[in-house]
Amino acid sequence: MKVLLFIIATMLIHSSGLMAQDPIRVGSKLFNESVILGEIITQSIENAGFDVEYSDQLGGTRILWNALLTDELDIYPDYTGTIVFELLGETEPLTIAEINRKIEVFGIQITNTLGFNNTYALGMRMDHAEDLGIEAISDLREHPELNFGFSNEFLNRADGWPGIQSTYNLDGSNVTGLDHDLAYRGLENENIDVIDLYSTDAEIDYYELKVLEDDFGFFPDYAAVIVYRSDLNKDVQKLLGNLEFTINEADMISMNADVKLKGIDDEIVAYRFLNGIFGIEITHQSDNRSDRLKETTIDHLILVGVSLALAILLAIPLGIAAFQFKKIEQLILSMVGILQTIPSLALLVFMIPLFGIGTIPAMAALFIYSLLPIVRNTHSGLVSMNNGLKESAVALGLPKSVILKKIELPLALPSILAGIKTSAVINVGTATLGALIGAGGYGQPILTGIRLDDTALILEGAIPAAVLALLAQWFFDLIEKRFSYPT
Amino acid sequence: MIKVRNITKKYGATIALQDVTLAVKKGKTVALIGPSGCGKSTLLRIMLGLVEPDSGQVEINEALLSKESALEIRQQVGYVIQKGGLFPHLTAYQNCALLPKHLKTSKDEIEERLQELCDLTGIEIGDLSKYPSQFSGGQQQRISLMRALMMDPPILLLDEPLGSIDPLVRYDLQSDLKDIFKRLNKTVVLVTHDLGEAGFLGDEIVLMNQGQIIQKGTIQSIVKHPNNEFVSQFVKAQRNHLEEIE
Ligand SMILES: Nc1ncnc2c1ncn2[C@@H]1O[C@H](COP(=O)(O)OP(=O)(O)OP(=O)(O)O)[C@@H](O)[C@H]1O
Ligand SMILES: [Mg+2]
Repeated sequence: MKVLLFIIATMLIHSSGLMAQDPIRVGSKLFNESVILGEIITQSIENAGFDVEYSDQLGGTRILWNALLTDELDIYPDYTGTIVFELLGETEPLTIAEINRKIEVFGIQITNTLGFNNTYALGMRMDHAEDLGIEAISDLREHPELNFGFSNEFLNRADGWPGIQSTYNLDGSNVTGLDHDLAYRGLENENIDVIDLYSTDAEIDYYELKVLEDDFGFFPDYAAVIVYRSDLNKDVQKLLGNLEFTINEADMISMNADVKLKGIDDEIVAYRFLNGIFGIEITHQSDNRSDRLKETTIDHLILVGVSLALAILLAIPLGIAAFQFKKIEQLILSMVGILQTIPSLALLVFMIPLFGIGTIPAMAALFIYSLLPIVRNTHSGLVSMNNGLKESAVALGLPKSVILKKIELPLALPSILAGIKTSAVINVGTATLGALIGAGGYGQPILTGIRLDDTALILEGAIPAAVLALLAQWFFDLIEKRFSYPT
Repeated sequence: MIKVRNITKKYGATIALQDVTLAVKKGKTVALIGPSGCGKSTLLRIMLGLVEPDSGQVEINEALLSKESALEIRQQVGYVIQKGGLFPHLTAYQNCALLPKHLKTSKDEIEERLQELCDLTGIEIGDLSKYPSQFSGGQQQRISLMRALMMDPPILLLDEPLGSIDPLVRYDLQSDLKDIFKRLNKTVVLVTHDLGEAGFLGDEIVLMNQGQIIQKGTIQSIVKHPNNEFVSQFVKAQRNHLEEIE
């Protein structure tokens, strides 16, 4: 119990911060470009002397947008197209001024473009395009012999191939659908001539590709902008303004390539960029693997330990109540059952309006997930008690509460422990998703590893998580042995 | 003293007991006997309030059995079931000490009582730290009997207490039981399948069939003057094969 209180206390101190001035809270999405932009924003604000708390690689647009709405975050980078189509549900593009008028009511504003557009585009090998004299998409009409290899999503989206084909009146006889990574390789070994890509993909430089000009203006703008709360400190707003029109497509492509293909740290890439433009000097301390592992382990243990402990404290009484009061038995069992059917990611997102982002909402979600196995096993362990034993217990003349404490619960203990063990193992695994809402833990290196295509980094999260699951299992086996009796 | 009046109990379409009335006087032993499924165990359970009858009343030592009085009544009754009903997660000692501890009996008193009961049942006192599964079936039943006798209850309800005990031990235990009942002046209802055992232990024998009492009386009256064809069949079926050899 003391340990638990200590953990909760440290956690609260940790999450509330002891600084006099609230830090500026920056977020970013799960992919490289967003993480780099978030890093650039963070460092340029930090450089002006503000405290910044950067929650990188959060689980998706909705999570970030909601975090801004609920005052859990102040700033994150996004794209005009995403805001217009995905968040506002518009069907026609809007200008930045129009967007700002629409989102004013939410207490949110966006900056002007950072200087580049990350939208769908068509690309070819540079030398091939030069040979054929192709500069723009409309030039493709002269070359019906070219092979097109498109990602399946692009093939099917109205704002993808079908729209391009009719707008530019292109021949569609040589089109195949394939995986995006395979498309680059197909292009390299000349099986494919034209592919779809994002206009700031890291691979554009690496494979020496030419991005064809969208000369009919078919693809909507996905201009990179910074989204921020209107009540953000005015000086910080000015700093964000300084970043407008500073990054062009070529800059972004090369920064993406630095991170994804050359394996340079996001922080360093961002720092080099800022240093080049503003002459910003920041002493960069890169953390080593063992420090990082220690940090993710502590985060993960706190996530799992607190959520599981609280779940045990609630679930065992619930299981007992379901056993003792027939009227609420089904209600309790089906309620915890239904909670379990909510997809984990959805549950995490539901927690944001209630608890914001970070450790607390992740803990709440894990807590909910841990209930069912313990409730169910407590209940079934009590129900399955041998009739003769039950009868002997009652016949002795012991009151119900004593029978429960001295006989029923001890006899149900193996089943209860098995439930806790199941919860613990599920919990350790699910807790890796906590990184999607900024809770840290072993999910952090896994997400980064996936983003950077870095297997070693993925294993840095996956292996300790597996070990922890085994340790949890072993620990509860030990407890079970401690309470076992000859049979 | 036990009084059971007009008890009827149905399980769905099965009639377990039909209008059963029975009285056991203080200090007397009644042996319930009858074919399997005739309602013997059900009658015992109803006497303890473990099963609620559809109609009828139970009175134990002048007190009417009800939800409110059940706990107190049970503490005055020792109950031993067929398979012993020992709690497997508790040692023999802990099994026996459950109720005394709940009633705040001191440790010294508990140990003193256990020593007496061990002498009575022939269990080694040192073995009490073992778990039920580490005893034989017969030893388990003796420990179960010790548990029932711990608080020296005036009434004992025993459901086939010697069910799984070998003939030699059984023979000895039958004498011991009779001795215990009489010496301690217990009021006893005992279920058995063996007419000889019923005759030896019971002051009165109650023969049941299909939820009803068919004949009550001493062993002599039942063997010599059977009420009907069922009783004579039942007595005949109990004849020892050894007798036929002579
Ligand atoms: N909980 C129950 N639910 C349904 N039927 C029951 C239940 N308990 C007993 N019965 C039925 O009631 C009848 C009497 O059962 P009871 O256990 O009293 O018989 P018994 O005389 O003790 O038999 P045995 O000598 O085999 O122990 C049987 O037909 C039995 O199937
Ligand atoms: Mg029976």
